[in-house]
Amino acid sequence: MNALVRVMPALPGTLRRSSRMVERSVMVYRRTWMIIVSGFFEPLFYLLSIRIGFGALIGEVTVDGSLIDYAEFVAPALMASAAMNGAVYDSTMNIFYKLKHAKLYETVLATPLSPTEVAAGEILWALTRGLLYSIAFLICIVALGMASSGWILLAVPACVLIGFAFAAMGMAVTTYMRGWSDFEFIPAATLPMFLFSATFYPISSYGGWAWAVQISPLYHGAALVRAAALGDASWGIVGHVTYLVVMAGVGLAIAGRRLGTLLRA
Amino acid sequence: MASAIASLAVPDPSHPPVIAARSITKRFGDFEAVRGIDFDVARGECFGFLGPNGAGKSSLMRMVSSVSPVTSGELHIFGMDPATNGPAIRARMGVVPQTDNLDQELTVEENLVIYGRYFDLARSQCRDRARELLDFVKLADRAGSRVEPLSGGMKRRLTIARSLMNRPELLLLDEPTTGLDPQARHVLWERLYQLKEQGVTLVLTTHYMDEAEQLCDRLVVMDHGLIVAGGTPRGLIDEHATREVLELRLAASDRSGVAQHIGDLAVRVEDLPDRVLVYTPDGDEALARLRAAGVHPLGSLVRRSSLEDVFLRLTGRTLTD
Amino acid sequence: MSTPFAIRVWEGQLMTVWRAWRTAVALSLTQPIIFLLGMGLGVGSLVDGRNDAAASLGGLSYLQYLAPALLATAAMTAGSFEATYPVLDGFKWRRTFDAVAVTPIAPRSVVNGLFLWWTTRIVIGSVGVGAALVIIPSTRGWGVPVAMAMSVPVGLAFAAPLAAWTATREDETSFPPIQRFIITPLFLFGGAFYPIESLPLALRPIAWVTPLWHGVQLCRDLTVGPLTLGATLVHIAVVLAWVAAGYLACQITFARRIQR
Repeated sequence: MNALVRVMPALPGTLRRSSRMVERSVMVYRRTWMIIVSGFFEPLFYLLSIRIGFGALIGEVTVDGSLIDYAEFVAPALMASAAMNGAVYDSTMNIFYKLKHAKLYETVLATPLSPTEVAAGEILWALTRGLLYSIAFLICIVALGMASSGWILLAVPACVLIGFAFAAMGMAVTTYMRGWSDFEFIPAATLPMFLFSATFYPISSYGGWAWAVQISPLYHGAALVRAAALGDASWGIVGHVTYLVVMAGVGLAIAGRRLGTLLRA
Repeated sequence: MASAIASLAVPDPSHPPVIAARSITKRFGDFEAVRGIDFDVARGECFGFLGPNGAGKSSLMRMVSSVSPVTSGELHIFGMDPATNGPAIRARMGVVPQTDNLDQELTVEENLVIYGRYFDLARSQCRDRARELLDFVKLADRAGSRVEPLSGGMKRRLTIARSLMNRPELLLLDEPTTGLDPQARHVLWERLYQLKEQGVTLVLTTHYMDEAEQLCDRLVVMDHGLIVAGGTPRGLIDEHATREVLELRLAASDRSGVAQHIGDLAVRVEDLPDRVLVYTPDGDEALARLRAAGVHPLGSLVRRSSLEDVFLRLTGRTLTD
Repeated sequence: MSTPFAIRVWEGQLMTVWRAWRTAVALSLTQPIIFLLGMGLGVGSLVDGRNDAAASLGGLSYLQYLAPALLATAAMTAGSFEATYPVLDGFKWRRTFDAVAVTPIAPRSVVNGLFLWWTTRIVIGSVGVGAALVIIPSTRGWGVPVAMAMSVPVGLAFAAPLAAWTATREDETSFPPIQRFIITPLFLFGGAFYPIESLPLALRPIAWVTPLWHGVQLCRDLTVGPLTLGATLVHIAVVLAWVAAGYLACQITFARRIQR
């Protein structure tokens, strides 16, 4: 009877069971902490490259009529892109491996966990990793003197939201993947987003094509992080947040349902 | 043993069955893997599903493990419906799947600990049980090892240990000893027997007859998604086979007259490419009759009939996949 | 009889990716063009307006500066990928090389076959960049095919030593650090996106001894000039030295792994 009460479908229980998936990942990554720590160097290399290379070539750019240092302009966008890439990797290749090869979810579903809880747990882990990575990124930005506002601390929750949106959508897409060769299409989506989301140059450079840029979820992510980094609050932020929240919700709904049908056949 | 199928229902209402299935089916698109079967499993017994590959055993096991929903029919486990009480049922059940799906990224002990965590056990409790179960399946010295280098038998034992982390009342085993060497099989059988002694209800699928005879109190034979026979191992042999089997190796010219020479003692004669099987109540007498008729076999053997004879009789000798 | 066996190995590699070839070819053709549109034209529009920038790029537009360099970076990416996961796959997971070892094919031929396969992969990758170079008027010229051909040794200069390393590995744990601490820094700081003169003096020797910077310079000089004999010979010599050393190392480590 006790067991029955403990597994009643209440939200706190769902959350607790989802967190078991995070626990498992922590167990795995405990042994490979070097890889995670070395991940710290990636933002460092990219930011240094922007600063000593592009910064020297370009100097300053004009955004909304005011001049800002190019490195300060690009750094938030790189931080947003890193959040996207990390979440996409965790929710596509990683999930597909566990789904098709390791049969991990098959094992887990023989326990009281449900498919939705498994999906939520995996996304929770992707967010945990994203959070750590974003903090590392932020430390690099501040250490290299590329931040001018204290509001940049808000870039971390902004990146967690970006990670949430992309992880949920990535997982939804992964449930439709037939084999490894399908994953070649993922860079076909992320590379153009990385390049054309007002990441490397202001949206004004796109002229009449600005509307197309605004379709890209990364544009909203980069704009959000940039707003935090530069400390300029505007109503646009509400739009960016709404876009990402909706994307996360749609992705999560599809992923939960699809995982259920895939695993319960 | 008049009607084996009818005897599968457990009559005593004061001990409701652990599993009660009424005309359950499982359909994948156009293919019907399980085509309407009934059975009850009583508390504390060991119940077996026997059948060739593709008979629907694994689909059935996935339904009973409350992972895969039934297409139609009624299934109750611990008196609950898996469709609505899946988590509560799974909390009281252990599952050993057909292929070991151990977590390759974790060590032997971690595999058990995290599995216990999926059942909401406290961390210290998980560690205690893991240690205890590793002793039980004789893997204590490999606790810190990765899963990959373990032998097939060790992996199987680890999977069984894992399924016991939540102290299940019901243990489902899908072909628990397929692919293991004789030593490993016997170790597993001992462990399963001990669990049964402790009152755990066991449900297993197998296509090893000796395993079914060793472990099962009752069993059913499945073929093409249906139950074709059921009862105790001995009862099935009595019902579907004769007491003895006479195996003969004969020159080609002698093959045709066998049934005729033995006469009424040959209940059934099966003509196989390499030998002739005579199902008979008295093998020695049948052989004597044959010799008296002037047929001298190249080789002969009289043996007690086994579950294997029942199985082949019921499911045929052609390969199913 | 070594070459025919090597071709069998090459065939085997080709077959494993054949099913996905359409996607691979489509992506290798479109990705460089998208990258050049985004970085070359976009960032270029910010760079080209500035006089000091033009001077540090040797009078080239940013698009002219960046586009040929992508031949070298694409070759490095293809070479370093092919030499890690797929090679370990052959030794460990799919065990293709073990399967080959019981046929008359010698370890030497396995290495030769892989070199042929890497060459194929690098050429496929360079076609996309080459097409972009021909489409862009300011990089169009007879140097493009020569630069494309030179990207092959550049890619091999990464594939060969890394494959020799992979042959000594039991698992993939060393691959992410290789990517993170060797390939990514070379990509970012190896002179493809901006002159290495921007780097602190102490770091420049790293560019001089590793193959990427030489490959970048080689492809750039061949495509948009200026081409000088001395510098070109030095670039080629360094790249070929890496290929040769990697080839010898592969012969040793592959033979050891296959015959153990």
